[in-house]
Amino acid sequence: MMNENVEQHNAHGGFPWKHVIGLILSLALTLIALWIVVSYSFSTTFTLASIIILAIFQALIQLLFFMHLNESKSRVWQIIAIGFGFFTAATVVVGSLWIMAYSL
Amino acid sequence: MIADIKAFLSDFLVLGDPLIYGADISIVLSMVAIVFVLSYFKKWKWLWKEWLTTIDAKKIGIMYIIAALLMLFRGGIDALLMRSQITFPNEGFLDSQHYNEIFTTHGTIMILFMAMPFIVGMMNVAVPLQIGARDVAFPYLNALSFWLFFVGAMLFNLSFVIGGSPDAGWTSYTPLAGAKLDPGPGENYYLIGLQLAGIGTLATGVNFMATILKMRAPGMTLFKMPMFTWSSLITSLIIVFAFPVLTVALALLTIDRLFGAHFFTIASGGSPMMWANLFWIWGHPEVYIVILPAFGIFSEVISTFSHKKLFGYKAMVWSMVLISALSFVVWLHHFFTMGNTAAVNSVFSISTMAIAIPTGVKIFNWLFTLNKGRIEFSTAMLWALAFIPNFLIGGLTGVMLAIAPADYQYHNSYFLVAHFHSVLIGGTVFGMFAALHYWWPKMFGHVLNEKLGKISFWIFMVSFNICFLPMYFVGLMGMTRRMYTYPEGLGWMPLNVVITIGAFGMGIGFIVMVYNIYWSARYGKRDKTGDPWGGRTLEWATTSPAVEYNFAHIPKVETADAFLHMKEKGTTGQISKAPFKPIHMPNNSGKPFIQAWLMFFAGFGLVFEWYWLAIPAAAATMLVMAFRSFEYHDHHYIPVEEIERTESATGRLN
Amino acid sequence: MSSVASNQSNKPYEPLEYSTEDGRLRILGFWIFLGAEIVLFSCLFATYLVVHSHTAGGPTSKELYDVKEFMIETFLLLISSFTCGLGTHELRRHNAKGIIIWLIITLLLGLGFIYMEVNEFVKYATEEGATVGRSAFLSGFFVLVGTHGAHVSLGILWMTSIIIQLAKRGVTAVTARKVFIVGLYWHFLDVVWIFIFTAVYLTGMVL
Repeated sequence: MMNENVEQHNAHGGFPWKHVIGLILSLALTLIALWIVVSYSFSTTFTLASIIILAIFQALIQLLFFMHLNESKSRVWQIIAIGFGFFTAATVVVGSLWIMAYSL
Repeated sequence: MIADIKAFLSDFLVLGDPLIYGADISIVLSMVAIVFVLSYFKKWKWLWKEWLTTIDAKKIGIMYIIAALLMLFRGGIDALLMRSQITFPNEGFLDSQHYNEIFTTHGTIMILFMAMPFIVGMMNVAVPLQIGARDVAFPYLNALSFWLFFVGAMLFNLSFVIGGSPDAGWTSYTPLAGAKLDPGPGENYYLIGLQLAGIGTLATGVNFMATILKMRAPGMTLFKMPMFTWSSLITSLIIVFAFPVLTVALALLTIDRLFGAHFFTIASGGSPMMWANLFWIWGHPEVYIVILPAFGIFSEVISTFSHKKLFGYKAMVWSMVLISALSFVVWLHHFFTMGNTAAVNSVFSISTMAIAIPTGVKIFNWLFTLNKGRIEFSTAMLWALAFIPNFLIGGLTGVMLAIAPADYQYHNSYFLVAHFHSVLIGGTVFGMFAALHYWWPKMFGHVLNEKLGKISFWIFMVSFNICFLPMYFVGLMGMTRRMYTYPEGLGWMPLNVVITIGAFGMGIGFIVMVYNIYWSARYGKRDKTGDPWGGRTLEWATTSPAVEYNFAHIPKVETADAFLHMKEKGTTGQISKAPFKPIHMPNNSGKPFIQAWLMFFAGFGLVFEWYWLAIPAAAATMLVMAFRSFEYHDHHYIPVEEIERTESATGRLN
Repeated sequence: MSSVASNQSNKPYEPLEYSTEDGRLRILGFWIFLGAEIVLFSCLFATYLVVHSHTAGGPTSKELYDVKEFMIETFLLLISSFTCGLGTHELRRHNAKGIIIWLIITLLLGLGFIYMEVNEFVKYATEEGATVGRSAFLSGFFVLVGTHGAHVSLGILWMTSIIIQLAKRGVTAVTARKVFIVGLYWHFLDVVWIFIFTAVYLTGMVL
């Protein structure tokens, strides 16, 4: 773990490559998602599925490249907190849509 | 002009009901009495310095528990009023509106302002001591949590004398709770009061997760933690991920009522069932939030008074972890009867039944802990032993209710009422009473009287069964919940008479317990050792009550049941052994108290839609937070001489 | 493990914000809070998606959303997340001036985003008659997007206060922790926006 930190330290001494790569990736993913939608050339299911997957990738980029999710000594707990948050969020969204599909 | 004032007052104050006038008078009298006593004994400064501004978890815990007992009294009076109304057919003691208000406040208060502060109070009292820490991770936030809970509870309780109580049930289902069918401040009180308390609880969850994960004594790995600490960790986790849902649900209904949105209205495309959906996404995990700490307490008490190691420690932990995940995927079973498809109802039916498995594992672990143990029938142990069969009845009827097709018969009948009282009283309340007797010496330095304790236990426990067992049957006979009266000739009266007798019996049991608290404070045995029960965990390693900094030296932990191990090795003296080092402690602060009361006024403004009050109070709240952000000198060191003085006063320093 | 590090440099590197017990606790606590925030937003997303088609004869998502506008909003936030990250990068170099410059740029981008969003809301309300009380769909839209906007606004106030503290006190263990945490908050709001961009705007173009 210390090794990683040392590497990060060195990286931080110079040009912020990690951040620049993160920015380029996030802009690229955003534009791909936009293109999939406005080209109107794919089925609705494919369009929705692919933009959701792209959004999840974007979220991971923010968490790993910008937020340093896995850097501190408590990273296990940080990852569990965010992971359980996503688990609950998915349950809430999917469950609500499924349940409410049949009612007012 | 005078007519205007009259009209305003008749809306603002609740007029015309002798019961409410009685409450008005008693509230004013008790306020006057409190002010008089504080002034006469010159205790205002003491109150401010020792309690209102404290950020010591032990004191915050005590304040939570006092509030919980007061709310238990209020909720209990509500229950007795309801029972008085439906003992006999066609009674006219309460009218339907008043009855609606009372069952609403009874449910809300008992869950959110009694059970919640009771468990959070116990966590504050015991968790830092059990893990060998000096305080929680964020003591300032902890004080803010308490005061937010407190003002939320005050705001909610204010409703019945100012403006009128909420009357749409503790679940506050829409569209009944919407602006159209339920205008006026009553439901707003519910929404804002719960919102304030809920934010406080969410902060508590974050606080205790960080505390337990990061502040354990050296050597205390996760699987060496006391079981109550484990249950507090899992509870905090559920709080963190469930309470935001309540926050959103309450906010959306508030926006509906105050700003004309259409989330839950029938008109303009709103979805009334979405409220039930969101409410129970929070509501079901909430059930586990109030039961898991009780499980933790039973584990501690049963192990201590069986004089045996807890059986199946790892199974206990993993079953709780499993419960925490499962608790988020069962919520629909609260509204099977909304008429969903077979697929939806089946999935939630099965996931609900699955929770019985880890819970059953825990029951067997407690039984095996008792097996061949040297059982000591203390009051705390009696509550723990009574829990097992009583909770089992509630648990098994819960599995019956989980069968979706059968639920159409049980739903909203007294069978359901009996079920959730069996688990909530038989589980949570028994657990809190066990904890009260178990940790009382740690909180106050004296033991509660065992004889009075046992009298109150037997009266309460027997009355509890007299009250709730017949409810299952009257429910199967067709009596539904929330009906304010019933006609003659249905055959419900005899059982209802029995139920009411049981309810008043529980009231008597509670009075004996309160008398025990008074008696023991005056004459109870003082606990000089810090370890009155032959305890196994670290909270018994320090003095009773624990000193401000909990431990002069942080204990080193080698095994589970760390204090028992220290006693066996003869190293208990290490904690108070000189030389000392200065101890870093956070400063007391009045800001949490002030901020919470500002939020109270903001909330009160929203209840009456008085934005001239709500907006400045909310802005002032932000200002207090900004001041806090710029505060850098918020801690101090306790000098070595003071530690020496404190330690020799406890007789622990040689 | 520390021996490996000290072989490579005399001082084992540890970021300043993690150097005190208090800093470590607060950073972990903030991550846990962000877990709670994920759930909070998920409920608003769930509600919005459930009522998305409940337009009650009012404007629909296809009629309202404008690609150019929400793309500008998205780019403003994405780039602000990057500049905020550069603030953290400068924090690791203990360069107070660098942090302040990047945070101010972040603030300006954030203000631009809020300006765009307020304009968007006002346009919907005045030109299309789309207000929070018009239909369930619009209630869901305004509360979901508005809650995010309120978070960003709070973040702007918060970041301003951190910049002042940093200017007064320089980079210390305490201010470093504060800069790091406000950065976490800002990046998190970008994560939420990505999902709003996807589930509200892009999906609103399709369905």
